[in-house]
Formats: sequence, structure tokens, C-alpha cells
Amino acid sequence: MAEDPAPDAVHARLDAIFRAERGRILAALIAILRDFELAEEALSDAVSAALTAWRQDGVPQSPRAWLVATAKNRAIDRLRRDAALARTLAALPAPDRTQQVEALLAATGPLADDRLRLLFTCCHPALAAEAQIALALHTLCGLTTEEIARAFLVTPTTLAQRLVRAKRKIRAAGVPYRVPEEAELGERLLGVLRTIYLVFNEGYAASGGERLLRVDLSREAIRLARLVVALLPGRSEAIGLLALQLLVDARREARVDAKGDLVRLAEQDRSRWDRAQVREGLGMAEEALRLSREPGSFALQAAIAAEHARAARAEDTDWNAIVSLYDRLAAREPSPVVRLNRAVAVAEARGPEHALPLVDALAREGALERYHLLHVARGELLARLGRGSEAVRALEHAASLAPTAPERRFLAARIAALSNPAP
Amino acid sequence: MRYALLIYSDETIWEKMTEAEQMDVVGRYEAVSDDLKKRGQFVLGEPLDATSTSSTVRLRDGKTLVTDGPFAETKEQLGGLYVVDVPDLDAALAIAARLPSALVGSIEVRPIPAYGG
Repeated sequence: MAEDPAPDAVHARLDAIFRAERGRILAALIAILRDFELAEEALSDAVSAALTAWRQDGVPQSPRAWLVATAKNRAIDRLRRDAALARTLAALPAPDRTQQVEALLAATGPLADDRLRLLFTCCHPALAAEAQIALALHTLCGLTTEEIARAFLVTPTTLAQRLVRAKRKIRAAGVPYRVPEEAELGERLLGVLRTIYLVFNEGYAASGGERLLRVDLSREAIRLARLVVALLPGRSEAIGLLALQLLVDARREARVDAKGDLVRLAEQDRSRWDRAQVREGLGMAEEALRLSREPGSFALQAAIAAEHARAARAEDTDWNAIVSLYDRLAAREPSPVVRLNRAVAVAEARGPEHALPLVDALAREGALERYHLLHVARGELLARLGRGSEAVRALEHAASLAPTAPERRFLAARIAALSNPAP
Repeated sequence: MRYALLIYSDETIWEKMTEAEQMDVVGRYEAVSDDLKKRGQFVLGEPLDATSTSSTVRLRDGKTLVTDGPFAETKEQLGGLYVVDVPDLDAALAIAARLPSALVGSIEVRPIPAYGG
């Protein structure tokens, strides 16, 4: 297409439609075809066909319906071609795809939104956690293999293999495409929410590399959480997760300074928080608590983030409320990280002398030995108690474990300040 | 779709059970089998004898090598299997979770390809 007036108006329209609708169209196709790869191929056929057809006849009234219908026809072509090929090479065992063709021909009527059941398929516990994340980002958020690979610091080849294996397993092992029934929905929904939170955390606190924040992943995680809340309303934990992510992400601009260095919550310029996002998050955090008599982990974490967000200045923070929320969280989920965060809140509410024994106990247990934030917390508590040389040792240990360059720079500055206290 | 449910557990647990306890486990397996048959999902289900009775065969350079014992020495051993015919993986996983050995061992769920053989 050498004489294409690129980039022309039809091309731009198609591009915009594709970006906005890809997840929904793909979900609809996968729901009919039960085959990720065939659905992706058929959709890419349909997009190429759209460019030619729309330039000739104009953009159709419902571009999404046009793309789905065309992709369906292209999938039928592909399936018939496969069947013909299998007949020619009669010795080759071919999967029976008549059912797929029949399902395609029968699938008419208004398009349902199939993204939710696709999300449950992508986050099926029978798939490896890293495959779940990659699949959800690829199929529902439309991120390319290269983009996901870059975000998770793996090579595109590794990521592509991971996707192929997962898609193959979904087909071969008969992983279903549906929202689980009420009896198992709670447990499975938690799995979906945990996967989304992993994506968010990777975007918020990158596990490696030069940069501290990977904004795109956080944004995609918020999009996925919004999708769950919209399609499965009234679930406390889903709303809690969305609230938590909105509130934490609202601090994004204030969390790093102009040099890309870390700014602690207490020292952040709160005027740089995204107020609209904070407002939305606060409302949702309250709703999450209201919806459940026994709030789960995400609703409680959202409530904690909400306490921080409500404080106009760091010194206005209601640390007693935060400690009691951590008590409830630790009762549900007595993990070492929750106990560490609780100890940090105890230091603010009651003083460092009450928190240090809690952190020391955690250090002795050893589960967080390689977790740099344990040693950061210990170092800061020791510093506040006037035990400078012990503090420096703890922070040096933390620096040796810190995964990102900005965190290491931050710790180096703290160590320097403690080693040479201003006169 | 057909799935094989491969039942792995530490066979010494079974050996240490009293006869009454063993009968109880057998009874619970039979209840699952009966239910699967009623639903038309049962293809086969058999326990395997202890690995101490097992022999392994290999053909190398045209010669048959027979050795005593299982293919691999592991902490949990293959102790029995089911083949079930159900709509999807979730249904197969739900059956696996009902098997008494899921409490003490592990059940591997493997699809049987539709176009094999």
C-alpha cells in the first residue's frame, strides 16, 4: 500500500476504535470461539479488512459490531481451511472444530460484555501467577508482548512463551470461560483481585530497575479493578481494592521529587496529590466498609489509605485509628508484612519505644530477613531513640537489599545524615 | 472432556492405618465413585497396590531391562487414578477436591486429549 495517504482519517478512527474496544471485542470472540489464538488472529484479519472496507464505504454505524461480525467470518474461514488441510494430510490428527464453526454461526444477537468472564479465565488458579498477569494485561488491557516484557523486566521472547503456554493450557486443559457460580465466586474473585493488585504493586513499587514507579501498570490495574466493580457490583473487596489503588496512586506525583528520588509519606507535598482521585477513593473506601459486616483485607487496607488521605498535613494523621485498623487486618491476615506496617503505625501513635520490640521480634523470626523495609523501619526507630550507630548499621543493611536505585540513593542520604549529624 | 485424576500420597500413611480406618477411606472413595457413575461422569477408577510390588521396564539397545520398584523414588507415590468425563477443568478440579487423599496427599489433574490414539 505504497500510495497510502498515511495517516488518514479512517486509519485514525480505526486506531481509536481499536484501542478503546479491543478488550471487549476480543472477549466476545474468545467467548464464542473458546480459543485465544484463533480469536486474536481473526480480530487482526478483521482490522486489516476494516481499513480497506471503511476507506471505500465509510465507517459503519456500529464499528464494534462490524469488527466482531467480520472477525467471526474470518474465524470460520480459518477453521474451514484448517479442516481442509487436515483432510489432505489425513494422517495428521486434527482437533474437531465443527463445534466451533457451529457456535460461530449460531452466535447472533446483541453482544454481551464478556470481559468479566474472560478475566476469570485469565486469572484461573490453574495458571501460574505470572501467566495470569501477562494474559490479563495482554487480552483485556491490550498491552503488547513488548510492553509487558519491559514492565516485568523479562525478554519479549520469554514473555511470548509464557503467553503461548498459558493459552495452550487454557485450550488443552479445558479452563472454562465463565464467571464462577456463587458458591465459589468469593474465593475466585479474591484470586482475580490479588492478581490485579500484583499488577498495581509492580507499577507502584517496581521490584527492580532504575525508575521507582511504573505508572502504566498502576493505571492498567485501576482499569481492571474498575471493570470488576462495574460488572460485578456490590462486592466489598472489589470496591476496597479499587479504592486502595486510587488512593495510593493519587500520591504518585508527590512520591518522587524532580530528581526521581523517593519522598516519604510524611514529607510529601500533599497539594500535589490528585484531589479528584482522592475524593473518589475516599467514597469507595467508605462504601467497601459499609458493604461488609466483616471487611476483608482490601477493604481494610483501603480504610487505612483513606486515613492517610484525610489528613491535610502529616501531623493531622489519626494514628490510633490506623493502629486499630491494622489490628483488624492482622486478625484476618497475620502476615509478617502486615505486622511490620502495624509496628510502624504503633511508633507514630504511641512512640518508637513501643514499636521497636515488635520490629525486633519480626527480625528474629527471620521471615522478612531479605525485606529491605524491615531494616529501614528498624533503622528509623533506632535513630529516633538516639541509637545512631545501630541505626546506621540497620540502614546500611537495608540499602544492600533495596531493589531500586532511587531507594538506594534515599538510604545513602539518610545514612550520611545520621553519620554526620548537623551541629 | 476426559481428565485423569492421578492420586499421589505417602503410602506409609495407608500402611499405618488400622483396618477400620482403611475401610472408612475405601467407603468414602466408593461414595465418590457411585456419585460419578450416577452422573455419567465415571470412566474408570482404581487403586494401585503399594510401590513395593511395582516393577519398571526399559528397553535399551534392544535389551529389556527390568528393575524392582517405581519409576522414581518420591515422597508421595502414585496410589490410584480416576478417569472422569466432565464439561471442563473446574468440574474435574471439584471432583479431585472430594477425593479422600486430597486431605493428606495431592491429586494431579491431567486432560486426556480428544484426538489421541
